[in-house]
Amino acid sequence: MNLQAVRVIFAKEMARFFRTILESLASPVISTSLYFVVFGAAIGSRIETVGGVSYGAFIVPGLIMLTVVTQSVANASFAIHFPKFIGTMQELLAAPIGFTEIVTGFVGAAAGKSILIGLVILATAFLFVDLPIAHPLAMLALLALTSLSFSLFGFIIGIWAKDFQQLQLIPLLVLTPLIFLGGSFYSIEMLPGPWQTIALFNPVVYLMSVFRWSFFDTADVPVAVSLVAIFAFTALCLGAIWWIFRSGWRIRP
Amino acid sequence: MTAIVSVRDLVKTYDTGFRALKSVSLDIREGEILALLGPNGAGKTTLISTICGIVRPTSGQVTVGGHDIASDWRAARAMIGLVPQEIALEPFEKVFRSVSYARGLYGKPPDPAHVERVLRQLSLWDKKDSAIQPLSGGMKRRVLIAKALAHEPRVLFLDEPTAGVDVELRKDMWAVVEDLRAQGVTIILTTHYIEEAEAIADRVGIIAGGEILLVEDKASLMARMGRKELKVDLAQPIAAVPEALAGRGLTLGTGGLSLVYSYDATQERTGIVTLLTEMRAAGLPIADIATRQSSLEDIFVDLVRAGR
Ligand SMILES: Nc1ncnc2c1ncn2[C@@H]1O[C@H](COP(=O)(O)OP(=O)(O)OP(=O)(O)O)[C@@H](O)[C@H]1O
Ligand SMILES: [Mg+2]
Repeated sequence: MNLQAVRVIFAKEMARFFRTILESLASPVISTSLYFVVFGAAIGSRIETVGGVSYGAFIVPGLIMLTVVTQSVANASFAIHFPKFIGTMQELLAAPIGFTEIVTGFVGAAAGKSILIGLVILATAFLFVDLPIAHPLAMLALLALTSLSFSLFGFIIGIWAKDFQQLQLIPLLVLTPLIFLGGSFYSIEMLPGPWQTIALFNPVVYLMSVFRWSFFDTADVPVAVSLVAIFAFTALCLGAIWWIFRSGWRIRP
Repeated sequence: MTAIVSVRDLVKTYDTGFRALKSVSLDIREGEILALLGPNGAGKTTLISTICGIVRPTSGQVTVGGHDIASDWRAARAMIGLVPQEIALEPFEKVFRSVSYARGLYGKPPDPAHVERVLRQLSLWDKKDSAIQPLSGGMKRRVLIAKALAHEPRVLFLDEPTAGVDVELRKDMWAVVEDLRAQGVTIILTTHYIEEAEAIADRVGIIAGGEILLVEDKASLMARMGRKELKVDLAQPIAAVPEALAGRGLTLGTGGLSLVYSYDATQERTGIVTLLTEMRAAGLPIADIATRQSSLEDIFVDLVRAGR
């Protein structure tokens, strides 16, 4: 493995993030605060507790996941689509680097940013609500794993997209609905009967459930099932990227 | 001399079904400067891009420094520097960082002193902290060259490095090329300008329609390019070349209205004066004379025709 290459790619990607640190962090912090005001205050005054947890605290894991997933996909897809768009992809293709270096550099940086953003939101949340964290280490590990898997997913979208419009398509049409329907702001037990079954086909439900478990020690779906689902998704994305580099799909004519 | 880049039966068919390279074989000698000349769409960029790993070959084999570009691609690519034809640079990146980044991609540890040397040589040092976007086109091309040299490649590909470049930069670039040659770097450049090949190349390759038509030492090619023709128009048609002028290699033009004499313009004695004197002595009515030099264009046309 070409470690120097990983280092320079990672450093360059992070440098872009830190160059615009205010925008990068301000927007998630502001939107999180807005969610707190709207959901926590307005709806929370009607729903007292969910499974014994105050509604304000209940939505925190969902808020973090919402932002981490969208940021991971947005960052990773942009990071790899941009060089394709301006033509500097050639530089990467001609260099003695392959699947391992490019994925570690780009996806590592995108995931790193998401983890930072997730932690900032968590810190913001502490300003608004009393928040127990039942399994702190598991919580951090899940935060990292989610950032990683959705950055991998975003990377694939960035390669797949032929223009910036397509780049927005999947996040807008697929991801946002899945996240909102995935129990970010409610427990799936609160859904009417048939919808509970339908919800189980939504991968985000597993993510949300296990992440909430790391805070409140209760889960909609068994923790083991969630973990298997997340690892399977990560492995699937990794496999797809490996195949992309092997076949040159949409990167090497 | 050993071949540092060896291309065997290389075929590239793009996904569109277009065959841009039709079984190209080429040996590039270590330390030489090879100029690849060819019209638009000849396949120059495709050939270079395939050797550099940007384009997937359809079939055939390429080795760089003995390393196969398919099975031993890391070692092969590590030896190569590429200055692409299209200017593609990160607009917001600073010059120095962009060049250092390129070095890192090739697995080399940071070496600010080397980067400084490269930037100074390309007159970019005062621009080192400037963003790339506001630089002029020529400056951007210099940055591309600096990036290609950042990792001290053994083989350097320059794809039309002087397209749209002023005389100043062209001279700078040739100086850089000379310098690299002195360090033993092998250089392959593509160009549309025969003067450029003439100025710096050791060998010249001509490519058209995805085929290498010839690869020849510059000197012998130049001699061929140096052929000139003298056309003497006659006031009255003649039936045949007069006896007295036989053995001078004259050919009779259409309608017997002209005589064509072919000679080597690089020779000191072209034989023109003697010929004209003899023609007058033979009583030929000379109406007009014109000379014409065979150009690269002619050689292209001849070669492509011969290839059919
Ligand atoms: N990605 C691609 N897909 C399909 N056809 C392509 C692709 N890239 C190049 N071609 C075609 O292959 C042929 C050779 O192109 P190439 O760029 O190698 O020519 P070139 O000799 O570099 O020309 P120029 O002097 O204009 O730079 C052209 O007909 C071109 O249209
Ligand atoms: Mg070209």
